[in-house]
Amino acid sequence: MTDDMVPDEKGYFGSFGGRFVPEILAPALDELTEAYRQAKKDPDFQRELYRLLAEWAGRPTPLYEAVNFAEKLGSKARIFLKREDLLHTGAHKINNVLGQGLLAVKMGKKRIIAETGAGQHGVAVAAVCAMLKMECVIYMGEKDMARQSPNVARMQLLGAEVKPAGGENGTLKEAVNEAFRDWVASVRETHYLLGSVVGPHPFPMMVRDFQSVIGREVKEQLKTRYNRLPDYLIACVGGGSNAMGLFYPFVKEQTVKMVGVEAGGQDPASGRHAATLSMGRPGVFHGARSLLLQDADGNIAEVHSISAGLDYPGVGPEHSYLKESGRADYTAVLDKEALQAVEFLSLTEGIIPALESAHALAYTMKLAPSLKEGQIVVVNLSGRGDKDLEIIREQMEGKR
Amino acid sequence: MSRISSVFDNKKGTLLIPYLTAGYPSLQETVEAVLLLEKSGADIIELGIPFSDPLVDGVTIQQAANKALQNGVNIKMCINAVRLIRKSSSIPLIFMGYYNPILQYGLEDFCADSSSAGVDGFIIPDLPPEEAGMLEKSAFSRGLDLIYLVAPNTPDERVKYIAERSRGFLYLVSVEGVTGMRESLPPGLPEFVKRVKKHASLPLCMGFGISTKEQAGRIAQLVDGVIVGSSIICHLSGKNWRTALPAYVHELKSHFR
Repeated sequence: MTDDMVPDEKGYFGSFGGRFVPEILAPALDELTEAYRQAKKDPDFQRELYRLLAEWAGRPTPLYEAVNFAEKLGSKARIFLKREDLLHTGAHKINNVLGQGLLAVKMGKKRIIAETGAGQHGVAVAAVCAMLKMECVIYMGEKDMARQSPNVARMQLLGAEVKPAGGENGTLKEAVNEAFRDWVASVRETHYLLGSVVGPHPFPMMVRDFQSVIGREVKEQLKTRYNRLPDYLIACVGGGSNAMGLFYPFVKEQTVKMVGVEAGGQDPASGRHAATLSMGRPGVFHGARSLLLQDADGNIAEVHSISAGLDYPGVGPEHSYLKESGRADYTAVLDKEALQAVEFLSLTEGIIPALESAHALAYTMKLAPSLKEGQIVVVNLSGRGDKDLEIIREQMEGKR
Repeated sequence: MSRISSVFDNKKGTLLIPYLTAGYPSLQETVEAVLLLEKSGADIIELGIPFSDPLVDGVTIQQAANKALQNGVNIKMCINAVRLIRKSSSIPLIFMGYYNPILQYGLEDFCADSSSAGVDGFIIPDLPPEEAGMLEKSAFSRGLDLIYLVAPNTPDERVKYIAERSRGFLYLVSVEGVTGMRESLPPGLPEFVKRVKKHASLPLCMGFGISTKEQAGRIAQLVDGVIVGSSIICHLSGKNWRTALPAYVHELKSHFR
């Protein structure tokens, strides 16, 4: 792994990032930074992480060419799916959770807390905690507990305590708030296992590093088969961890176009969306400076997405940096386009994608007709859609 | 010398520093309550700027902030409230607020407008000194104090660093946790204060979790000022707050030696 310029030692990606936290958390973040620095170069730690990623979680994941999907869209390009949906617990989240879980053991922590939106991160944390014999508390917005109830049951079966956050409208933002409040009160014995490339330094850097196994595998897989780089990388962005994991190993390959797809919700013009990079302004929230959906007074906006995992008003600082520098492009698709993409992939390829990942597919469907012969597109299929069946059925019945 | 520093210089006993959220239950009542608190013996006032996601606050202050936001209160209105208070009061006033609303208002404008309205300093719990360079520049040039916090788990070296940067006083967080009333305070507070004193020459005030007269009395023996927040908010939530609040302040102060 190469050491890169970003972030700097204060956790800045250009003007984004940093560490805006209550003083009580400063020692824990220093401890975490140091523990991670050591683990990164510790061969025993890396060996154990890669053993678990392989034997327990199922890495490497396949890179599958979606021939039917491409053909039906009239695409001349070759479209590949990075099958993170096949991982244990159903999404890319497990890559980061295993890394931080082992780090927490190394730091002597006895208790893990985490936030979850769709429940994919929560399930991954609950599973890793069971395996590592750690006490586990998951904060989840009440609205998300209702709309992703199968994941609540899975977390409980895995021995985690699921605590509701934020009242009946509570979503990911409120879950992060409550996790931070818990951490402020429990920091000596507890590790906060943040699930995305957000939060104070070192989280955005560390989570990116743990997730970049996705992009490294893609690079290797394409090199072995075709001895070339991809033309496009496409991934959905909520906090942005699956996108950052896919993009990061390609950032310096200037010929590779990178597109992050946000939740356009019902209608970006109406304010019922979660398209932070497309519509946000710089601000400081949940420990870092990044783009942010907020009102004129700097209060955090109420956002909306059909997908609980993208329903968040902030975004990882490195994405703000990649947008500002022009290295990556960001766009948004609507709830209904994501739903269409779920149906389309299910029928063409026999794969039910998560609503989150369906945003990346929906954009790919729009892009497909304009692609050239022989171009290679890699879409990160970050999670599977089993958890969304109820939402999808409701929406489809509503239409028929 | 700032108004905050001179209150410490001239103090006879431990100072009482009530916190209230601007706009709870209404902005007009906030102005009235500040004046009443001053008359009842409060020494410095901490005025909270409401924010949608107050990360270090417990339920009581979260709810007060929500109510204030429903009342439409923003920084501009908080500054106007200070202007009203200043017509008849010279009590030191500190804005306590989270960083993002201040950043969106504009750091330079925030300091200029606060200063001209008669604010004396700021407490920003999610802005550690490492990230505060820009605000310090705007604040210090106008004689506004920026008060930093230290926690029981802050290492010695960092206590020293923060104490050197803090102006007005140093805010000691009594508990490892969010704001809000508690039945008991953690043990080890005398040792915590002793440890901080080794590294800090400015006045020390303690807050978080202090509500009963017994708790306040014990803390008053350790530090120069006692900060009481959630419990003040509770006393403001009843219809009879105009009698309850002064009674509560008298009760607290009677336990200060």
